Amino acid sequence: MIGVNRYKCGYCGACVSVCPIGAVELVETWVEIADDCTECGTCAGVCPIGAIEVLK
Amino acid sequence: MTAKPDKYDIVIVGAGPAGSITAKTAAALGSDVLMIEKRQAIGDPVRCAEGVSKPQLKEHIEPDERWIAAEVKGSRIYAPDSTSVELSEDVSGAEVGYTLERKLFDRALANEAALAGAEVRVKTRATGVIIEGGSVKGITAMHLGEECEIRADIVIGADGVESKIGRWAGIDTTLKPSEIETGAQFLVTDIDIDQDFCEFHLGASIAPSGYLWVFPKGNRSANVGLAIGGDVCHQGNRPIDLLRNFVEERYPNGKIIEIVVGGVPTSGPLEEMVTDGLMLVGDAARQSDPLTGGGIINAMDAGRIAGEVAAQAISEGNVSKARLREYETIWRERHGKRLKRSLAVKNRFVTMNDSDLNKLVHSVEGIDFSTMTLFEMLKVLVRKNPRMLISLGKLFV
Repeated sequence: MIGVNRYKCGYCGACVSVCPIGAVELVETWVEIADDCTECGTCAGVCPIGAIEVLK
Repeated sequence: MTAKPDKYDIVIVGAGPAGSITAKTAAALGSDVLMIEKRQAIGDPVRCAEGVSKPQLKEHIEPDERWIAAEVKGSRIYAPDSTSVELSEDVSGAEVGYTLERKLFDRALANEAALAGAEVRVKTRATGVIIEGGSVKGITAMHLGEECEIRADIVIGADGVESKIGRWAGIDTTLKPSEIETGAQFLVTDIDIDQDFCEFHLGASIAPSGYLWVFPKGNRSANVGLAIGGDVCHQGNRPIDLLRNFVEERYPNGKIIEIVVGGVPTSGPLEEMVTDGLMLVGDAARQSDPLTGGGIINAMDAGRIAGEVAAQAISEGNVSKARLREYETIWRERHGKRLKRSLAVKNRFVTMNDSDLNKLVHSVEGIDFSTMTLFEMLKVLVRKNPRMLISLGKLFV
């Protein structure tokens, strides 16, 4: 699954824009990942601050 | 407060510069407008380097010292080997002039929209679009934890880099990692910098497939930030890591009083910005400049055109894709060619190594750029480096 570290995240929304299936949502000050996420990790790749990880 | 009707002529999602200008324009022309913003405070947190061209800004709003942090005369571009070239204000074109205080600027624009007659609802997030008979008819939203339905003849997505409005209506706005610049910025204070000049630093070890900027913010402070290609962003070499390295080395005694992060679309504008009952403006339509990353003016321009076309379409009772496309056509006539050129330059730029970049800057060392525009400077670069920039030749004749 995708882990988002809320203590690190700067809620910029870069991750949302690259998700191929639109499974990432920036609510206000946190990011939510929908159940249909395929764990491709594209969101984790572009994060400027390293707040997203694909957890094995 | 009395209950508001949940049916409007136009609902605008997002209260950044694109959304507020759209709302102001359409409301002033008599449309019944609602603008929603998911955050509880418009303008905060900031996700921007805050640089904007003076003359271009003046086309939209009279500058107000309350939201101008600093004014600059020009900029200096530094090659990886620290050779620099200086450009005067009108040369750096869209990118310098003022450093804004976006928190206050965005709020001032939203206030103008409200004064023009638009309704505004904050802490209200769009959760979907309502589609009936193949046309967008409104949105579903959440306001203070309550789900609601807001009907409108036209929905305008001004919802930024993380836009979902387009996707929900069938316009694919997904960016590839190579089509986004991912960045970090510190507001650094108590530093000795030239407050009259913006700095741009190039180089693979500083900002691969991107650049680092220093934008004066007055009072011994500056926005020091960098953005890199999303496709070259990796663990240990993320914008935050690269920025920390630069700031520790360059400003060891500086104090960081704000951290900003953000993503900038560098794909070039969407192929389709409208559909039946829906329009996209600003970063949501990927209208930011692929080379400079500048997006405020393009977004405000889109807002003005979209607001006019939307208001006219409402009064004619025709909100079809064909009718709304007028906005896209006008916007493209004004910005299309320039952004196409920017995209071509950016695509060539990201393939260059440090030695190429050094050569480029050396080739224009000593040239007086005080009377040229960014376009003129790129033209000189192409002329001076015909081999390296062969693929760009036709764009700069």
